[in-house]
Order: sequence, then C-alpha cells, then structure tokens
Amino acid sequence: MSTAPTLLSVEGLSKSYGGVHAVREVSFALRAGEILALIGPNGAGKSTCFDMLNGQTTPGAGRISLLGGDTTGKKPREIWRLGVGRTFQITATFPTMTVRENVQVALVSYGRQLFNLWASTPRFARDEAGRLLELVGMSGYAERPCGELAYGDLKRLELAIALANQPKLLLMDEPTAGMAPRERIDLMRLTAGIAREKSIGVLFTEHDMDVVFEHADRILVLNRGSLIAEGSPEEVRRNPQVRAIYLGEGLVYDARHREGLPS
Amino acid sequence: MAFYFVQFLTGLASAASLFLVASGLSIIFGVTRIVNFAHGAFYMLGAYVAFTLTERFSGALGFWAGIVVASLVVAVVGVLVEMVLLRRIYHAPELFQLLATFGLTLMVQDLVVMIWGPNDLLGRRAPGFRGAVEFFGQNIPTYDLFLIALSPIVLGLLWLLFQRTRWGVLVRAATQDRDMVAALGVNQKWLFTSVFALGVFLAALGGALQIPRDAVHHALDLRIIVDVFVVVVIGGLGSIIGAFVAAVLVSELNAFGILIFPKISIILVFLVMAVVLIVRPWGLFGKQEAPARRTPGLTVNPWRPLSQGERIAAWAGLAVAAMLPLVSGDYALTVGSEIAIFVIFAASLHFLMSVGGLASFGHAAYFGLGAYGIAFLAKMAGLPMIACLLLGPLLGCLGAAIFGFFAVQLSGVYFAMLTLAFAQIVWSIAFQWVAVTGGDNGILGLWPEKWAAGPASFYWLSIGIAALAVAALRIITFSPFGYALRATRDSLLRSEAIGIDAKRIQWTAFVIAGTVAGVAGALFAYLKGSVFPDSLGISLSVDALVMVLLGGVETVSGAVIGAIVYKMLSIWLVSQTDLSKLVLGGVIVLMVVAFPKGIVGMLETLRNLRRRSEPAKPALLKSRIEGAE
Repeated sequence: MSTAPTLLSVEGLSKSYGGVHAVREVSFALRAGEILALIGPNGAGKSTCFDMLNGQTTPGAGRISLLGGDTTGKKPREIWRLGVGRTFQITATFPTMTVRENVQVALVSYGRQLFNLWASTPRFARDEAGRLLELVGMSGYAERPCGELAYGDLKRLELAIALANQPKLLLMDEPTAGMAPRERIDLMRLTAGIAREKSIGVLFTEHDMDVVFEHADRILVLNRGSLIAEGSPEEVRRNPQVRAIYLGEGLVYDARHREGLPS
Repeated sequence: MAFYFVQFLTGLASAASLFLVASGLSIIFGVTRIVNFAHGAFYMLGAYVAFTLTERFSGALGFWAGIVVASLVVAVVGVLVEMVLLRRIYHAPELFQLLATFGLTLMVQDLVVMIWGPNDLLGRRAPGFRGAVEFFGQNIPTYDLFLIALSPIVLGLLWLLFQRTRWGVLVRAATQDRDMVAALGVNQKWLFTSVFALGVFLAALGGALQIPRDAVHHALDLRIIVDVFVVVVIGGLGSIIGAFVAAVLVSELNAFGILIFPKISIILVFLVMAVVLIVRPWGLFGKQEAPARRTPGLTVNPWRPLSQGERIAAWAGLAVAAMLPLVSGDYALTVGSEIAIFVIFAASLHFLMSVGGLASFGHAAYFGLGAYGIAFLAKMAGLPMIACLLLGPLLGCLGAAIFGFFAVQLSGVYFAMLTLAFAQIVWSIAFQWVAVTGGDNGILGLWPEKWAAGPASFYWLSIGIAALAVAALRIITFSPFGYALRATRDSLLRSEAIGIDAKRIQWTAFVIAGTVAGVAGALFAYLKGSVFPDSLGISLSVDALVMVLLGGVETVSGAVIGAIVYKMLSIWLVSQTDLSKLVLGGVIVLMVVAFPKGIVGMLETLRNLRRRSEPAKPALLKSRIEGAE
C-alpha cells in the first residue's frame, strides 16, 4: 500500500476563531485505496478540519493539495470537480426527487449537462444510476420518493451520490451517525469494500470506536486542534497519550462491558 | 448652501414615518419571522383613523390625543388580525404568509374606500407646529423639525424597552431562538401577539403623523410598503438601528435625487441598494438568515412527465380551446385571448416558484417590459409585427438579466422583497419618464397587423403561443437544467457538493421566466392596443402569484388551470361587484389558510391516495424485510 500514489496531503493546516485555535498545524497524507479515520473528542477540531478539506471553510494557514494540485481555499464545487465525493453528518439529499433521480442529478453534473434545456432527465444515464444504486444495495428503492426513505437508506443513497463522479477520494463526515449498530457495520463494510475495489481513498470522522478500529487502515487523533497521534489501529490503541485523554474512558468502559457479558 | 441644508432637513423629516413603519416591520419579523405585507395597510389605516379623530376632537390636546388614540385603535385591529389569521399560518411557508398578508392589504383598500370614500382627504395642521422657521431665506416648516426630533426619541424609547424591561428581554431572546424561549416556559402566544401589537402601533403612528404633511388617500399602503421594503433590505431585516440608518439614507437619497435626476430620482435609491446587496447581502445591520424551512405537512407528489393518456388529454383540451371561435362571439374571444396570455404569464412565474423555489413578488416587471418592448419597436422603429413579437420580449429578458443577477444573491423573504422593489422601480421609471414612455398616458395605437387583427385570428395566435410556452417550460422542467434548478431548491448544500453553481442556475432560471413573461406582455400590448404603467404594477404581480397558488405550487403545470380559473373568476367578479378587491383578498386569505395545495395539487393528492389504497407494495415490502434481516 505504501507504493500507492498520495491523493491528499495536508501541511500545517490551521484555523482560529477569535482567540480559539480550532485547528493547529495539522499535517498528514492519504494514499489511494487507504481508509483513514480522523478521531478525537468533541471540540477537537474534526469538523473544522473537514470543512477546510472540502472547501466549506477557508483555512487560516497551511496548504491542502489534492492529487498534486493546490486546493487551498477552493469552493466545494471546484473540489468536487477534481474527483472528491462527499457525504454529510446529517444527510443532504433532494427530498422531492426519487432515489434514482437523486443519483441522476449528480450524473448530469458530472457529465457537464447542467445547462442542457432539452434532454429528458428521467431518461438521462438511467442505467448508470441503476448501477450505482445496485452497488450500494438500493436497487429496490430506485423509484421511491427520497423523502420517504428511512435514515439508514438515506445514508446509502448519499454514498451512491458521492460515487457518481467516480471519485478518487471520499470525504465522509460521521458516516454512521444516527444509525442502528447493525446498520453502521453494514454501511462501513460496504464503503470499505467499494473503496478497496476501486482503489478510492477514504477519509472519515467517527465517534463509534468499533467502526473506527474495524475499518480504518490508519487513524489520526486530534485533541484541542492538534494532531496528537497517528498510526495503525493497534498503535493508536496502545498509545498512552491517546488512552489518557481520549480512549481512556472508552477502553475501560469497553473492558468492563465485555467482562460483564457472558459471551 | 442654505437650500441644500433645507433639502437635507426635509429628507430627515420624511425619514421619520419611514423609520416608524420599518422598525415595526422589523420587530414583527424578528420574533414571528413573518414579513407583514399588511404593514402598509396598517400605516394607511392609522392615517385614516387619525384623520377622523382629529376632525372630531377639538383643540391642541384633541389633535395629539387623536393621533395616539388612532394608533392604539389600529393596534387593536392588528391584535385581532394576529389572533384570527396569523396564528394559523406561523408554520406555513413564507410565500403563504406574504400572500395572506397581501390579501389583507387588498381587503383594507376596499374597506377604506367604503368608509372614507375615494377622494383625497386633507387633514388638520398640527397645533403648535403650524408655522415655519426662516433659515437664510429658506422656510423650514416647524412640523418637519418636530418629526426630525421624534425619530431619535422613538429609537431611544425602543432601545429602553428592549434593554430595560423583562418583556424586551423576552423579545430579544425570541428573536435569537424562539424555540428555546418556548422551551423555557414563556407563553409564546402572548409574546407574539404583543409584539405584533407594538409593530402595528408603530406603523399606524407613522401614518397618523403624516396627516399634517400629506393628503390621505387609498394608495398610501403600497407606496409606503415598497419604500419600507427598500429600507429593510438596505438596513437589514430584524434590526431597529438598521431601519433607522436606512430610513435616513433612503429619504436623503430621495431628497437629493430629485435635484440630480429630477425625472428618474428613484434610480439613485436602486443603485445604493444594489451596492449594499453586493457588499452586504443581508443589509447593513442584518444577519444571515438560516435556510428557509421546508414546508411541513405538505407531502410532495413526485413529478413525472405526462403519460400517454395525459398527453392525449392535453392535446384534446387544446383542440377544444381552438374550436371556441366556431361557437362564440367576439367578446368571448377577446376574453379567451386574455386568459391565454395570463396562462403564459402565470406559467412563467410558476416555473420560477415551483421548480426554482424562488417566489418573485415583482414578476409583472418582465411582463410590462415585454409590453413596452413591443411599443418601442412598433411605434419608434416601425418594425413589422412578427419582428416585434420576436424582439419585444427581449426587453423582459434584459430586465430579468439585470435584476435577476442581484435577486438570486438572496433567498426567501429577501428575494421576495427585492423583486417587489425592482418591479416598483421599473414601474416608477415608466410612470415618471414621460418623454419616452408617455407616463400615465401610456403608449397608444398598437394594433396587430391584418393577419392577426380579427378576434378569432388573434385568439388562435394567443393560444398557439400559450401552448408552445407551457410545453417549452415543461420540457425545461424535466431537462437536466430543470433538475439542477430543483436540486438548488431542495438542498443547497448537496447541490454545491455535486458541482452545481446554484447562483448561475437560478439566474438562468430567472432570465428564462422573465423572457416568457415578456412574451405574455408583448401579446397583451397587442390585445389592448396600448401599454400603460399598470402592466408593470404590483397588483399584476400578485395576480400571477394567486394564479400559481390557486393551481398549486407543488405541481408541474398547475398554473395553467390556476390562470384559467382565476381570470374567469375575476372577470366575472368585476362585472358583479364594486368590491372586487375585498372579495379577492378574502379569497386569497381563505385559500392560504384552508386550501394551500391548490386545485391541481388537491387532484393529484386524491389520485395518489386512490393509487396507494390499491395493493401495490408487497414486493417492495418484502425486499425491505429481507434487507433488514
């Protein structure tokens, strides 16, 4: 994996609001096909970091390069054009369209047909949309109004939309937030499978440590805006600093929890 | 120099009323999130009631008591309106709130004429402020000085009220987060009602204080509301200090604009507003609004292109319409042509509103520009009719391109207010620039050429173009562009995240809608044989909104049915009663409260319900159960 090309490299990324350093001198790199988790307690700067990567927030300092080009301060839609798919913590889809149409709109944009006044969208890239829905296991819901979907299905639909531009990098902000435990594992398995198959790099933030430790190849730990640890799940699990400030409670709880259960 | 100073003071004096009304609007908006279109009506009522009371009460005390009592009386009317109407629509979409309060405005217009008659009324001079002060040979009315002193005093009192009283703290808290205030156990109903009462009191006071300066008449409401919208767009909705600064700014621009561009002084205000919107889109003192909430309780019927059967039905409908000249006389054909023209107009607005989610309150501007485009081309350039019909709407297109660029920078109520203000500016230009537009006398003698001159041939031309326009808008709705536009309406966040430039898409939609409206206006000019500033007016813009609402906002082509029903109804109504505005306003209010889906929306819902009751689900359910396992 270390021979895969670098997709994303971040150097000295910083942002402060007033006197508060939300993110301080964060640097890391992400390779093609790698699944990288960004974790940290509430207020650690994960979301600010994420918003800077996808262009919603302008970085205070530092440099972001995507696929070799500088994308610091670019707009979300420009970053999308470079091949970055995006899912949101609270799903953002088009509720008045059907599931298939949601994907079709993304395909319209990818095919640069946004100002086409003539073609029929319901027939546009129908099969391609169908394939994407099949990939995320949503074929059976293609003609359903998106507004009627259950939350877990919306998350899968978002994944299909995010895959429409054949991304090289997926940015997923808390992909399993608000889902049932079983759904979380299914969704992350699905994502990891697609990412490995298509050699897509994935960067995600997550609160559920089971999800993180099961699926991440590498983990970045943020605390109070600074990167305090980086490494494989095993390394991060063993890191005393991480245990002390962040995983401490979680692991203790986890151990007791396990002991209490007659497996 | 003295002259300019006096002009400056006159501007300040005019700012007083503007500030009172605008601050009332802002306070109400801050807490209830309703842009109260009826605010102009309350201003006008304040003036009328104060006129009556000051005539009745004698003496200096009587005059001032009359002013205050009039404002209180109108505030009580406001409380009734809040309790009976507004409480039912606090959770409705903004468009419906604007329309309902506009319906009220219409009703008040007729009621005022019923009670006080149609003529201008000249009120008493204010006791103690009858004279003038001389300043280097220029006269300054002392009443103006009184008004100049009044607005900072009112501003200070409002500041005290909001900073120093428990009620003020609650209002400020509700302005920031009304759900949290409700969760803390504050009686929301009482708070909203009292805020509305204060806002209406300020509006009525603004109107009452105008009677020594200005005649009272029944067009005051629309005149002030447009100025007030401009003020709050510049100053920022919800900010009282913003209302003060912007009221002064707008009044001074008006006062000096008359010196600089006497014919089209309003251009100056427009330029300032445009600059403010580019630099600070939420106004000088405003804050960015959270994205507009989605319509709760309105389930959306997914759109789809016409089925084979529906297509045949549409052709059949058109064929039946085309046979009208075989059975009816010239009058019916003229009415038919007018209905066809309004189908085009309503469909263009419907496209912008339902597909783009952009509720324009000034769509008549582009209708009227199309009409004036024809007039210029035919009368000045002497072009043949076909060339005029093709080129005339381009003026609507141009207007939509310029105004649309600014309008799409905003959304929701700001968008509505801005489009209304733009339309009013175009109207003022048409009205004031007599040398080019003929002003109030309009441009006459625009008749169609021989081939289209007969009522039957003009009717066929109109319904032909209407069918083309509606079909074209449908095609665009289902085109990739139409979907991109819907995407920006459904979720700005997601559409930006899939590479859609929302502003450019919305601007394009605005231009398309403006051009189609221009086509309607062009035909209208030929139908009437003349063009007047009325065809740019607010009432025409609102007619279009009502047609869209009547047909159903959330449908694909509801406006067609809405336009036909509304136009027939209003033509019939005008022939039956003198109080058409009262009835129309009542119908609008009733529709918003009881019937928000419109005719076509109701039909679709009924059809979907019937379809759903059929057993169509098992296969899907099965796959879902399997998926869950």
